[in-house]
Order: sequence, then structure tokens, then C-alpha cells
Amino acid sequence: MYTFLRDLDRRWIFLLMGIVATVPILAGWRFPEDPSPMVRDVFHAIEDLPDGSRIFMAYDYDPASQGELHPMALAFTRHCALKGHKLYFFTLWPQGGPLIQQNIRLIERNFPDYEYGEDYVNLGYRSGQEGPIKVIVTDLRKSVAVDVNGTSLSEIPMTRDIRNIQQMDLIVNVSAGYPGTKEWVLYASTPYNIETVAGCTGVSAPYLYPYYPEQLAGILGAIKAAAEYEYTLIEEYPQLKDDPTAQEALRRMGPQLVAHVTLIVLIIVGNTIYFVGRSRGDVT
Amino acid sequence: MKPQTLGWTLLMVVGGAFLIGRAVLTGAGTVYVQDVEIEVEIEDEAEEEAQVVTLQRVEQVPPNARSEPGVRLSYVHTFGLWVAAACTLGIFSFLWGDNPLYKVTEAIFVGSSAAYAMVVAFWSELVQNLCGNLLPDLMRETLIPGLKVEEPNLWYLVPLVMAIMLLWRLMPSGGWISRWPLAFFIGATAGFRMMGYLEADFTQQISNTIMPLVVTGADGSFQFWASLKNMTIVGSVLVCLTYFFFSVEHTGPVGWAARLGIWVLMITFGASFGYTVMGRIALLAGRLEFLFDDWLWLIDPLGRRLDM
Repeated sequence: MYTFLRDLDRRWIFLLMGIVATVPILAGWRFPEDPSPMVRDVFHAIEDLPDGSRIFMAYDYDPASQGELHPMALAFTRHCALKGHKLYFFTLWPQGGPLIQQNIRLIERNFPDYEYGEDYVNLGYRSGQEGPIKVIVTDLRKSVAVDVNGTSLSEIPMTRDIRNIQQMDLIVNVSAGYPGTKEWVLYASTPYNIETVAGCTGVSAPYLYPYYPEQLAGILGAIKAAAEYEYTLIEEYPQLKDDPTAQEALRRMGPQLVAHVTLIVLIIVGNTIYFVGRSRGDVT
Repeated sequence: MKPQTLGWTLLMVVGGAFLIGRAVLTGAGTVYVQDVEIEVEIEDEAEEEAQVVTLQRVEQVPPNARSEPGVRLSYVHTFGLWVAAACTLGIFSFLWGDNPLYKVTEAIFVGSSAAYAMVVAFWSELVQNLCGNLLPDLMRETLIPGLKVEEPNLWYLVPLVMAIMLLWRLMPSGGWISRWPLAFFIGATAGFRMMGYLEADFTQQISNTIMPLVVTGADGSFQFWASLKNMTIVGSVLVCLTYFFFSVEHTGPVGWAARLGIWVLMITFGASFGYTVMGRIALLAGRLEFLFDDWLWLIDPLGRRLDM
């Protein structure tokens, strides 16, 4: 047994992980969520704002991280629209444009009263990594003169009076890395004291937690926090209970749980093999 | 025939037969669209009232709406779906080992991402920002009808000149010219970052770590868990700093603190690893859901194929 496990081809492990991720998806397994205080803080940062507040939706992610971040971005958009907030979409990632478009499509389908230019606007992509943050935090038009359709910001009702993003009531950032949450904290939320919440990939979450709660009002770390956020949203807005499009992250928690349990077992087995091998003198 | 070749051949034959079966029997892997009309107002300064222009947008519809009027099968979108599925499987094939399919898929991904980023940056920065500010009349008449900039902003000549200087390195001689804008960019970026890090990461983080070790509630009662949390944060910061403090030999109490610092760091790395695993499985689940739902129609979590 020891020799079999020691010499096992790693491709069997890949196959096992593939199966354990596949079965819950095909079977549609779902598990209950218990929202953490940090997730509730993110929720209340949006929920407690007066209806019609200005929210700057900085969606800095791309298709490579779509599986992890898109559910939380959609949840943010849905929540803000349910509250009737004014949404200003913006991205520092070139591939972020089409993903913003998908969020806008959600608004068009589910919130027919929302009108482009009155309730939401797509400011599009700006290149220059953190450079545009430094600019728009003091002068929006220096970096963004027109929206994605080429309409001047002075012609759009909801941007006509906006000089800079310090006038926003909240920044909602969804971040897949650089530039992302860290840059928004460094150049916008900390120096100008703009309330900010973030949703980020699992890889970057541990390095952003030190900013909570002083510099970030809340953080959604990876798909687990996104699922808890969706759960909180359904708790507060029961009409979403029967809407499967509002439960994308919750659905993804099935494969998460089973794959994590498998991985824990694999780590224990791997370490056991290592220690057995060391006791037998196989490992130096 | 080698066992590996035989295995791959069998897999391809069985997989291909399954796909053809699914596509023929259920219509899986097809995409339906409809044309949606949108009205756009275009202001003409010569006329008082805005002109309304009707444009058509192709919008994807769920398969269970395929019999509705105006809905049609889109061969282009269907081809795109199959390419996306093939690329996903091509990337997954790396788990078996490096192979030509993976190489091709990887090259497509890198190439299309780079090209896409370049095109987006060209239109948003060079056309809209640079040309829009330097040649507003020309841009308004040609590429950006909605542009409201009236007078050319000559400050934008500075980035134009610097961009030309930066590209000068491609010339056979005078490559040194590109070093000047490069020096400016590096200096400016270093300055920006230094200010940002000093304020948000250094000063503010010290401030965040100054917290009461003994927490009491509004009624003066001792809050055990809150106190323990604060003590853990402050203690962990101190022992980690001790580990990175090399001016004193790590022996005695300093050595113990440094060793504790290693443990704290290891727990942090462990948490980071756990989060990374979660992220990777989320991505895997996302792709599997795409394959099973959009492509093979094996699952229907959004109810897009109900009553079919």
C-alpha cells in the first residue's frame, strides 16, 4: 500500500479532483451558509446608504478570474440596483469592459426602470494601472472625458455635476490582482477617506485583510464570501429566493466543499506517506 | 500501438461519439439569438430636436425560446461556443502532460489577450484621450461624434513627444533618447508609490495596530474574545517584526519570539494556500459549469431549457 501510494502517478490525483468537482455540479448539491461579520459589514455598507447614493463600481477583473469574481460582481450590482443607487462602472483592466457589459445586461433584464445616464453609466476602461486612480480622485474629466459610447460626461445627467470620485458615497471594487483593491486603498480610500468595500480573489485576500476595518469597510474573500453575500442578499430580499441567477456563488459551494474535504484527506495521506518513508529511510 | 496512443484514440472516439450524439439528439452546443432594436438619440447642433436613430443589437436568448418569433440559430455564436469548449479542454489537457493542443490553446489565449488589450488601449487612450484633446474638431467629425472638447489642449503634446521618444529605441541610432521618458516614468511611479505606501501601508497600518489589549463593553464588563483578538493581532505583529530584526542575535527571549514569528508566518502562508485552493477550485467549477451547461446541456441550473 505504501509503495503504491508513494509511486502513484499525480494524474490520478488530477482525475480524482476532477471527479469530486464534477459530481456536486451534476448533482446540484447545495449547502447552507453562515455569513461572517465581514460579509455583513460589506452588505451593510451598501444597504445602509440612503437610496439613490452614488456608488463607484470599480470592476478590475478579467475572464481568467471570472469563475471566482463574476458572481460577487453580479451580487454587488444587483444589490446596488435593488437599493436604487446610482452606479458608475469603471475598470482598470482592458478585458474588464465586456464583464461590465454583462453586469449592465443584468440591470437591463431585471431592473427595467433603470435608465442609462440617469441611474447607471459605463465609464469604461482606462489604461495606466494605478495612474487613472490618482487622476480621477481629484479630476474625473482629466482621465475620463466621455463614456464608452463616446458621450461627453457633461451631457450625461448623472455625471454632469461630478468633479471627482471624492463625491462618491462608496467605492465598490472587485479585484483580480494588480491594479486592484490595494491601489484603490493606497490612492483613493486612505488619502481621501472615501468609504470602500472590496471583493477579491482567494490568492490576494490574506494580504488585504490588514486593511479591514479602518481602510476597507469590508472584504469579500473569494467565492465563499460571495456565497455568504448572496445568502445575506436573499435573506433581506426574499424575492431573490426563486431566482437562480442570484445564486451563482451559492451553487459553486457544492464542488468547493467536496473538493476541499478531498484535498484535506490528500494532504493528510501525503504527509503520512512522507513520515512513513522517513521512518523507513526512503526519504532523506 | 502504444498503450498511451490506444488510450487517447479510444478517448477521442468515445468522446466524439458522445458529442455527436448529444448534438443530434438534444441540440446541445447550439446558440440562439434575436435582434433587439435600440433607439439612440443623436444631437445635431443645426437642428433643435435630437435625431433618433434605430440600431440593431444581436442578443443571445435561452434555448427554450427558440420557437419564438424572431429567434434564430446563430452559426457564428455556435462556432464560438465550440471554440471556447475546445480551448477549455485544450488547457485541461496539460494535466496529462505538455502536448500540441495545449500549446496551440495557450498561444491563442496569450495572442488574443494581448491584441484585445492593445486595441482597447488604442481606442481609449490614443484616439479618445490624446487625439481627442489635440485634434478635437477632426475627432468630432470622424471618430468621436459626442466629443465636447472645443479647443485643443496643447499640454497633451508632452505625452505625445514622450511617447515618440520612448519608441525611438526602435530606430537604428539614437536609442539613448528613449531613456529620458523612461527615467521620467520610473521616477514618477516611484514617487507616487512611495507616497501611497508611506501613508496607507506604513503610517496607517501602525495606527491600525494600536488597539486596546483589554477591551471593555459599554457597561464596563470585560470582553474576553475581543481582548484575545486584539492581543493576538498585536502579539503576532511584534513577533513577526522580531523575526525580521537581524541587528540582535536570535537567542534567548529574542530567539523564542522570532521562532513564534515563524509560526505566525507559517499560519499566514497556510491561510493563503487555503484561499488559493479555494480560488482554483472556483475557477475549475466555473469552467465545468460552462462545459456541462452551455455546451453539453447536461445541467440546467438557470432553467434555460425548461419545457424543451
